[in-house]
Amino acid sequence: MVNESINTSHSVGIVTPQVAYFDEPLHLTCGRDLPRYELVYETYGELNPQRSNGVLICHALSGNHHAAGYHSADDKKAGWWDECIGPGKPIDTNHFFVVSLNNLGGCHGSTGPTAINPTTGKLWGPDFPPMRTTDWVHSQAKLADYLGIDCWAAVVGGSLGGMQAMRWSLEFPERIRHCIVIAAALKLSAQNLAFNEVARQAIQSDPHFFGGTYQDQDQVPTRGLALARMIGHITYLSDDAMANKFGRDLRSGSLARGDTADAEFQVQTYLRYQGSQFSGNFDANTYILMTHALDYFDLALQYDNDPVAAFRHAQCSFFVVSFSTDWRFSPVRSREIVNALIAAERPVSYTEIEANEGHDAFLMPIARYLDVFRAYMQRVAEIN
Amino acid sequence: MRLDLSHIQRWIAPDSRVLDLGCGDGVFLEFLRDQRQVRGTGLEIDQAYITSAIARGLNVVEQNMDEGLSNFPDHSFDTVVLALALQAVNYPDRVLEEMLRIGREGIVTFPNFGHWRCRLMLGMRGHMPVSSFMPHTWYNTPNIHFCTVNDFEDLCRDKGIRILARNMVGNISRPPMLARRWPNLFATTAIYRITR
Repeated sequence: MVNESINTSHSVGIVTPQVAYFDEPLHLTCGRDLPRYELVYETYGELNPQRSNGVLICHALSGNHHAAGYHSADDKKAGWWDECIGPGKPIDTNHFFVVSLNNLGGCHGSTGPTAINPTTGKLWGPDFPPMRTTDWVHSQAKLADYLGIDCWAAVVGGSLGGMQAMRWSLEFPERIRHCIVIAAALKLSAQNLAFNEVARQAIQSDPHFFGGTYQDQDQVPTRGLALARMIGHITYLSDDAMANKFGRDLRSGSLARGDTADAEFQVQTYLRYQGSQFSGNFDANTYILMTHALDYFDLALQYDNDPVAAFRHAQCSFFVVSFSTDWRFSPVRSREIVNALIAAERPVSYTEIEANEGHDAFLMPIARYLDVFRAYMQRVAEIN
Repeated sequence: MRLDLSHIQRWIAPDSRVLDLGCGDGVFLEFLRDQRQVRGTGLEIDQAYITSAIARGLNVVEQNMDEGLSNFPDHSFDTVVLALALQAVNYPDRVLEEMLRIGREGIVTFPNFGHWRCRLMLGMRGHMPVSSFMPHTWYNTPNIHFCTVNDFEDLCRDKGIRILARNMVGNISRPPMLARRWPNLFATTAIYRITR
């Protein structure tokens, strides 16, 4: 059954992932070297002759390279940021050459725990080196070299992706003109760290985890992964969003007197479904690695814990966006970014979008969000 | 361009840095950027205005002045503009002080509540003034701190704020010298250039 929305004028259509191979070792923040690695990526739109219209998309915790379009004619599900990437969309592929990759340590094709360690000939598994956003940014710079892009028109990301975008502005200030930071933070709060720890504990206490060597045992810690995802999912939604979507609606059973069978709420069914979908598609070691990268991110740590001093290294313009009901990375966290940029006297625009959807709002087609995002991207396009 | 803005643009030096408090759709900052090479930042709370100002390529920060301006460093701008917004903030005196901490100079414009029409409506008819210039009824107006030219100058004196220049805009149909000669009676909009 062919999916009709593939051929609409607002879709990038069918896309094919590509792979870039790197033989030079990557020096990692942890002190180890990654001897060689692959990055899987997709591109949408055309690179202009001046090579000045490149836009890098950085993915969030459980994201991947498939940000827009479809993988085949009967593919039902578009890429994770299809609302924002495509012809006539905020990141307009009529103007931009959009590059979206799977980060190192991922489980969708780039080198990570599910790949073979060339030194041992065995699966990396839990021995895959820990990643920091800085390592991702350096590997993304290698991908930019490979694609012949000296300077990105913009580096864009939501959540953990926004953290990579900010890191780009400091690591390679001359290689980025605009930095777009959506629903992110300068660092995680204790509450954020706590949620990530519960998610990891859920995975690590699954009897099928085997200290991370589950692949050697031909096992998958599906229950732990599902539980980790369920916890994460609750934090991505707002109280209002859950009330609107599920309320106290029952999937089965009843709350009537004398009914002895357990009733099941819609929200239970939904979370279980999300959990089981995720545990079938995601690697447990990758999830642990990604949550650690998120935990360890602290933009200003290497600048004497002073975000203002950090941002003085940046040369680009910034656009910061937050969402009113996002409690994972609340507007207050975005304001900290904005205030540091103001104090560092860097060009910045900021807006808080009124939205019910919580942290997930950054993926949603909210009219005012798409309008202001489009307005900003048009100015990025104007000086290509 | 709005009349008060066309008056104040002459006071803004080319290539300077301007913070526009309540920048609206950004048309003034756009003018200053294109005609004066000004590096501007706007503050705004209206979401549609923010989108318009961003579309003009301006730097706009969503921020409510009533919650303070302490995130802006001392002397980080040459000029801070507050155009027709003084009467709409919670603490006009604090905003004025903040303007002169952040900028070397401030430019303030406000509707003059001492205008003879206002006096007439309140004095003779016993009603709060409503005009084409101040079109809101008393209960739904965003303007919560009306003042007169005399009130403003008293406040500046109390706060040690120096008035570098002032300009008065009167009713279009009347000779401009009326507003200049007797501003508290004939100016509809008062325009001040202030510093410490």
